[in-house]
Amino acid sequence: MKKTTGFDWKKITHSRFFMPIVCLLLVLLVNVIQTPNFFAVSINNGVLYGYLVDIINRASELVILAVGMTLVTASSGGQDISVGAVMAVAASICCQILSGGAVSTNTLMAPIIIAFIAALVASMICGAFNGFLVSVLGIQPMVATLILFTAGRGIAQLVTKGQITYVRVDAYKVMGGYIGKCPIPTPVFFAIGVVIVVNLILKKTALGLYIESVGSNGSASRLMGLNSTRIKFLTYVILGLLSGIAGVVASSRIYSADANNIGLNLEMDAILAVALGGNNLSGGKFNLVGSVIGAYTIQALTTTLYAMKVSADQLPVYKAIVVIIIVVLQSPTFQKKIRAMRHGKAVAVNAG
Amino acid sequence: MLGKLTRAAKEKKPSAVAFLLLITILLFVVMYAVGMVVFADKGFARPQMFMNLFISNAGLIVIGCGLTIVMITGGIDISVGSVTALVCMVAADLMEHKGMSAGMALLSALLIGLAFGLVQGYLVSYLDIQPFIVTLAGLFFGRGMTAVVSTDMIAVKNPQFLQWANAKIELPIGYTNRNGAFIPAYIYPTVVVALVVVVVISIMLRRSKFGRSLYAIGGNQQSAVLMGLNVRKVKMQAYVLDGLLAGLGGFLFCLNSCAGFVEQAKGLEMDAISASVIGGTLLSGGVGTVIGTLFGVLIKGTIGSLITTQGTLSSWWVRIVLSALLCFFIVLQAIIAGVGGKKLKK
Amino acid sequence: MNDGLLLSMRGISKAFPGVQALLNVDFSLHKGEIHALMGENGAGKSTLIKVLTGVYELESGEIRLDGIDHPVVNHSPQEAQTNGISTVYQEVNLCPNLTVAENLFLGRQPKKHGLIDWKTINRKSSEILRSLDISAEPGKPLGECSLAIQQMIAIARAVDMQCRVLILDEPTSSLDDEEVEKLFALMRKLRGEGVGIIFVTHFLDQVYEVCDRITVLRNGELVGDYEVEKLPRVQLVAKMLGKEFDDLADIKSERQGSGAATEPVIEAKGLTHAGTIKPFDLTINQGEIIGLTGLLGSGRSELVRTIYGADRPTGGTLKVKGKAVNITKPLDAMKNNMAYLPEDRKRDGVIADLSVRENIILALQAKRGMFHLMSRKEMEEAADRYINLLEIKTPDREKPVGSLSGGNQQKVILGRWLLTNPDYLILDEPTRGIDIGTKTEIQKLVLKMADEGKTVTFISSEIEEMLRTCSRIAVLRDGLKVGELTGDDLTQVRIMQTIAGNQTDKEASETDGKEGADV
Repeated sequence: MKKTTGFDWKKITHSRFFMPIVCLLLVLLVNVIQTPNFFAVSINNGVLYGYLVDIINRASELVILAVGMTLVTASSGGQDISVGAVMAVAASICCQILSGGAVSTNTLMAPIIIAFIAALVASMICGAFNGFLVSVLGIQPMVATLILFTAGRGIAQLVTKGQITYVRVDAYKVMGGYIGKCPIPTPVFFAIGVVIVVNLILKKTALGLYIESVGSNGSASRLMGLNSTRIKFLTYVILGLLSGIAGVVASSRIYSADANNIGLNLEMDAILAVALGGNNLSGGKFNLVGSVIGAYTIQALTTTLYAMKVSADQLPVYKAIVVIIIVVLQSPTFQKKIRAMRHGKAVAVNAG
Repeated sequence: MLGKLTRAAKEKKPSAVAFLLLITILLFVVMYAVGMVVFADKGFARPQMFMNLFISNAGLIVIGCGLTIVMITGGIDISVGSVTALVCMVAADLMEHKGMSAGMALLSALLIGLAFGLVQGYLVSYLDIQPFIVTLAGLFFGRGMTAVVSTDMIAVKNPQFLQWANAKIELPIGYTNRNGAFIPAYIYPTVVVALVVVVVISIMLRRSKFGRSLYAIGGNQQSAVLMGLNVRKVKMQAYVLDGLLAGLGGFLFCLNSCAGFVEQAKGLEMDAISASVIGGTLLSGGVGTVIGTLFGVLIKGTIGSLITTQGTLSSWWVRIVLSALLCFFIVLQAIIAGVGGKKLKK
Repeated sequence: MNDGLLLSMRGISKAFPGVQALLNVDFSLHKGEIHALMGENGAGKSTLIKVLTGVYELESGEIRLDGIDHPVVNHSPQEAQTNGISTVYQEVNLCPNLTVAENLFLGRQPKKHGLIDWKTINRKSSEILRSLDISAEPGKPLGECSLAIQQMIAIARAVDMQCRVLILDEPTSSLDDEEVEKLFALMRKLRGEGVGIIFVTHFLDQVYEVCDRITVLRNGELVGDYEVEKLPRVQLVAKMLGKEFDDLADIKSERQGSGAATEPVIEAKGLTHAGTIKPFDLTINQGEIIGLTGLLGSGRSELVRTIYGADRPTGGTLKVKGKAVNITKPLDAMKNNMAYLPEDRKRDGVIADLSVRENIILALQAKRGMFHLMSRKEMEEAADRYINLLEIKTPDREKPVGSLSGGNQQKVILGRWLLTNPDYLILDEPTRGIDIGTKTEIQKLVLKMADEGKTVTFISSEIEEMLRTCSRIAVLRDGLKVGELTGDDLTQVRIMQTIAGNQTDKEASETDGKEGADV
């Protein structure tokens, strides 16, 4: 009996580590079969070009969000569904400052760094708002973030006065485009930068351990001297900040703030990335690298679906199915049922 | 110690809830009265204005009833907006492109709702997956399926459907215009359906075993099990009923908009949840009434009317004000009923 | 003999991984009898109940009920209920958001024209409540009733559902005397109506007040089945404690030699946390092991939680080693070299998902602060040190702590706190729910720590365990510290007297004398 449980544990840790990679390989395999030149990377007009480059580039915002979402999931056992809306808020504030309030501008009305910082501050405030509701008032994360999920885009619309604000200045396009003659798209650097910085913070401070501790047992953590309220709050602020960065990058790509479409449906992708990364959606131990791989997997999936002529509007159907499959597989009740079926005896599963 | 704390929090529950509902009704009366005074010249005081609250929100009332049912069990459903969009799109597509009758469209609407209810209900009740994740997937699935049916807007021109949509039912109340002619207020059949749903669900919640089981599960699921209730089955039924009502509500919504398009009813889940919470349903479950939800919907409608009548404010304000109001009520619940801390400990 | 026999359990056994919870236990209950089920924590009382009510699967043995001519196996509490066996727990299993009447009739509501007939429900509820002398309004939400009333309503529900065997699982733990009396009145009334009642409790007084028979379990085995009048208190205690009694006497004498009073480590004056613990004074000297006792809910845990800052004090002062300190949260206490092993290991102790290593180093890490992360090597050394020292049985230090047995989990938490090198340790029920071997190990460890000059506060609901380890015992009742016992007063009887606070002198001297003769 004891031996089997030991073996099971090993299996679970193993599958957790391998699941994201296996999924990624699976998606890539499908791609290679479909487009034989999938892995081909060429240089066009001095920049890298190819399917793979496109996936890595497009996944950048998602990677940034997935990193923050992983922390929030681990600490609070819930997900922030307002990230897309917060991206829109950050983007609209950034563009609005740069355009000096006009609908469109060809010259910068304020230094980019000021606008960038203002956008990040705004997004951190959004994160703090979510964090307050969750950590101080103890409201379920998804209910708490539902508020900004719907109100966020409204706020963004108010900022841009219901218009799409364009910043047609080359300097602003850098964040979503290319730095000088560098052949690698800038968003990739943002993504790598965020992953490295967050990883460093987790490695060099005890934050990672604290988050895991608070997420798996808040009450015990408190008695050990951890301030679980503050730690949860912090993860939401971090996610807010990261959503802000993602929002500005996304807006720089299209050098405009489209309050309705920036970050649209990304909350789902981010949650999916966290789940694909082998993280338990009810908190506790987390696997940041897994989430990052998960994010690239989702983007690869998205690109694949696009290649298969699935429209952007229809994408959520497939992703929703993937999410359900993952959470069902993760569900302890489901695992129990499968085990019971294997053992060939009907075990009455009682609630509670 | 914990027992005592929980006890204190629980003791507060019933009175706190009555208090919340009272605030809601008061809020509605005050808001509406203010509107009547401030916008008297724009016809806010006319009975028809009041009836319009019901006409434009008939679908939401029905959907809100469904949501209240699952929220009483301590669950939630955020897929209702997408279900509405899907129902409208499928109904429009069936009638306009497949030549089906309005009756078949209604049937398909109910079937779609039923399908959502069955799948989501199974995942929540029998596999113990968080309702939020399940219905979030439902939200995306529904919206995506809408786009799969058609990415273009489909306007409904089916005569039978339009007859249902536009059959005015005149009421004995109204107002007299400058020429001295009496202009009666009117409602559409959708309003009648919505009110019937409110009454039926209200009776069901109060006077059926199923209804009472919902409250028991929301109050203390563990106890409900020990008291011999089949908790999983009841929860499943709650989600199925919620799905059916979302389908029906979606159809009423369609009767109001007479069209199907991908972006339709976006954020409707938020309106429905707000209405329910503002109407006194506790997010932690065990407490709630559809009458309260009805008032919640009316408040949402009144905010909309006030902002539209005012004229200069962007329509985005409706959602922002509603979110703020929801936030206010959630915080109020967390403070008064001590919902927050308890939820965590569970 | 079969006359009046209501329930008979024969040869019941039940094992959990690593623990034989029940071994060949017999139990029988007659009609119109209140039957106490007694034993230390871990004796197997709740396991026996759970096997009977279908919470646990019956492994071996046979359960027979009067009127059913084949052995009964219950697979769920509901099934037990249909067989006429109902349980009322300390934590009431009713719905607080529903009314009293509705709680009585939930799931079996009478109907009229297909709809629930509220009039009948309320009328019948009134009748039931009146017939059982329960003073509650049917229309009142249950959550607004006192805990005692809630319990009585749970009983009323069981009785009205034709229960013949009523199990009361520590129902009196959080009730005051008056409420207990009311509950007893109800129990006697039901006895008169032929209901068989199994009464699980820790309180000797209550057993002698209300019960007819006593079954004693120890370490999962049956000690015996006695009539109350024929079993004096002291003998009951001896039967519950069993052979171990001699062992403790030995350890006890050892202890007596070492604990000379030195300077105070903890001095609390009028410390209080409103609503849970009334203002108390407490001085604890270095190297001392002080025990806290009282009934469950008497405020023992609350007292230490207030010292430790787990509940923020609302009044009074606290000095640590002579220095006035202001402790408002656990971290403050930790910085004053305190450590707190909480009562509920699962809820407040282990971080089940994290590894043994992480669980051991967490408190020290929290003390050091977020920006001073311990090196991997340091963590591993610390973990290995305590895995060896406390003989924690784990395949390796990276195993999730949740996969360990209860006793080993407790050792991990103990290691966690020892790593912070505290001067003052609070151990709240450190031996609850763990196997006997580990229990003794922990007790010895506590003694060793005191010898090394650490100060310990030890809480246990097993008084004998405290007698074994403590040189002084403070007694609490209803959130108030009512006394301190030292020296010759440190006997089971004295403690019980202080806890009860109202035992007559005659009775006291009688039992005292008996104990003297017995030991």
